[in-house]
Amino acid sequence: MRSLSEIDTVSKRSSKAAGYSWGIAEEIGKNIRLLEIFSLPGIRNLNSFFKKKKELRLENISIIKQDNEANKNEYCPIIAGVNFLDQIKTLETLNEITFKKVSYPLLFLPFVSRAAEVIGKRIFLKMDDREFLLNFNNNIYSNYTKNEIIESAENIYLKVLENRDSFEEKEWNELYKLSEETFVEENESLKQGGAGAGLTDND
Amino acid sequence: MNISLRDPNVVMKLSRLGSFHQSKLSFLRSFLKEFKDWDYKRDLFELNEHGYGTAVYSFKKKNRVYSLICFANELNENERSDRVIATKWDAAFTLFDGVPLKQDIERLKNEVPKQEFGRLSYKELTLSRANKSVRVFNHVVECLSEGKQPDNDLITSVGYLYRTTAVYGSGKFGLADRFRIKDREEIYGPFRLEMMLVYLVRQFTFDQVNHVAKSKNPKKAVSLDINICKSLGIGNSTGLGMAPFIVNHPTLLNNWISAREISLKKIREIKAVSEKDKNLFLECLKKSIKNITSWNTESEYQINKIKSLLKDLNEFIVYLDNDFNFEQDYAFNELYLYLEKEYCEECIEYVVSMMMEPYDNITSPLIKEMSSEEEKYFNIPTERTVEDLKLILEKKYPDILTIDFTKNENNLNFWFISKNKEEPRLANRFDEVGAELEQPLAIARDIKKLYELLSVTKNSWTIAKFLSTNNELRHVVRRAFIVEKFPYSEIQDNTIGQKIMPIDMLRLKLSFFGALKFDPRSDKWLRICMFQGAPLPEQLKNHDEHWVYN
Repeated sequence: MRSLSEIDTVSKRSSKAAGYSWGIAEEIGKNIRLLEIFSLPGIRNLNSFFKKKKELRLENISIIKQDNEANKNEYCPIIAGVNFLDQIKTLETLNEITFKKVSYPLLFLPFVSRAAEVIGKRIFLKMDDREFLLNFNNNIYSNYTKNEIIESAENIYLKVLENRDSFEEKEWNELYKLSEETFVEENESLKQGGAGAGLTDND
Repeated sequence: MNISLRDPNVVMKLSRLGSFHQSKLSFLRSFLKEFKDWDYKRDLFELNEHGYGTAVYSFKKKNRVYSLICFANELNENERSDRVIATKWDAAFTLFDGVPLKQDIERLKNEVPKQEFGRLSYKELTLSRANKSVRVFNHVVECLSEGKQPDNDLITSVGYLYRTTAVYGSGKFGLADRFRIKDREEIYGPFRLEMMLVYLVRQFTFDQVNHVAKSKNPKKAVSLDINICKSLGIGNSTGLGMAPFIVNHPTLLNNWISAREISLKKIREIKAVSEKDKNLFLECLKKSIKNITSWNTESEYQINKIKSLLKDLNEFIVYLDNDFNFEQDYAFNELYLYLEKEYCEECIEYVVSMMMEPYDNITSPLIKEMSSEEEKYFNIPTERTVEDLKLILEKKYPDILTIDFTKNENNLNFWFISKNKEEPRLANRFDEVGAELEQPLAIARDIKKLYELLSVTKNSWTIAKFLSTNNELRHVVRRAFIVEKFPYSEIQDNTIGQKIMPIDMLRLKLSFFGALKFDPRSDKWLRICMFQGAPLPEQLKNHDEHWVYN
């Protein structure tokens, strides 16, 4: 089994050899490591991408907008990903973002996962019919578990999820009430002798 | 009194970093301290009469066990090489996480001797190999088998029976990734497991030499004297592989240097130096001279450094004995200021190391801060502005920004990875091929480029906007934001210039390892000795922490 350190190093060096700058290659190293930690086929997709990259004649996107559509060919997942990560603080306010025609979209995914950590919000990502919930870069919840190469996505839809409770107030209150059963009811004696007794906290 | 930390623009110059010496913060010393209460055992020792076979040694505490597995093999004279390009060694080692089963040992027997070409697993933590000093090993075998102890002069002049040529960890060749073990308290200090491997290898070399001597002449042979064992360490040949490490791990480098700098600051802030602490400082300093006088090297560069260090130290000791008043307030601060005024960098840094000796209360808490969670600082704060970044560069790289990289002498070399061994190398870009495959280690040049580019960019632009069209310099943008938080994370020198002495970078790292007696064999590789004078495993409990000077 390859260690994550080897995965990171080889992904970084191969990315440089494939034409990316060292700074971007470093990002790719970390990303492929991330995909593999989450049991997603990072190495397989990266290898396939680099083999086909030249013939794909990919388009680079620099400034990301709400709706992004490549002109002729597909977007490069790396450049789109790097700029998405870099620009996430402004993109966050757009709430929903779409990309049409992205090559090897699984390579775009870890940039979004890391962006979720940067803004401290979950991001929902739909890659055609594959759905991913990116939880602050701590884990990825998905209906996609295949160990396959995804050569392209026609549509990528992203939604920044507001930090909201996933439960009803009533459910919280019920649980809180139960938790109170671990507390001790204070009688007069405990009030007089307990820690902090006799002090006023409003002076 | 509040003493400022030393200026990174002074401390992080290569000549200064290349003058660092071992100290209480050094990893091999902190390793011994941490593991002194662990149970040591030789679990397996199956060597034939020539010393070839398998051995296992372990350290155990409660449920945690670390086992060194040694494979000693026959090696023809013409196959023995210390170069990293070698493919066979006298012995190969791995540190196993737990107690190895028979099938683990069988698996590793096929993999460990192959080193870089073998495959390890997450159960193995570190990997190494070593070659005999044939001259010393054979001499010791001859003497012991005849019932005599070896020649002390020879033993002292070499200092080891074996020398390692590489020690690998952290996920290399399939070894366990650091994330699997990083929460273990006993390995909070850096390179703990690499140190453990080398330390146990040292014991193996004694056991092996005794075994071979005994096999040769069972009736007459004696064991190597315990005190001679103590005086032997493990040699190490180190090349350029270490140099990129300190560039590629900026926050780790910061934490090492920062521990040293904070120690010095706190020592300088001590108002009244106690008699006991003064005496311990003086005792260590005076006894340490022995290490310098027994420091052998053929390198003219190092001979001159040793000569000047010895001269300075002898003068300094006379000054301490006759003219310096330790009863004055802030005596160590006065001493430090005097050193800066009167002596060379090598001497200053030597004495700084010595100043730490009495102050366990200062150094111990800092040792735990010497590792780093580098991932935490990887993301670039792209919401910041071009103006912010420019100010960081001006403040943090003042000398680097003055270097003219259009001059060939400042842009003479390039760092690359050799194809045959995947090892870092340095070459002249105007004489050699391959400069287009340069590694991102010319930080000074790229920082200067970044500064020039920022200077013609609108100050109000965000870094995100700047990077959207300037990703070629992304690697140094990341570094600049790291150095903003971690002042000692960057070498403040040109690592590709004509005057670069790569061994300065090696010495920096090796001083933190705790190496003694740097012996440069060229400007690009050197030999050192580790654990020379250290207590043996069975003496670890209650060992004298100042063993380096005994």
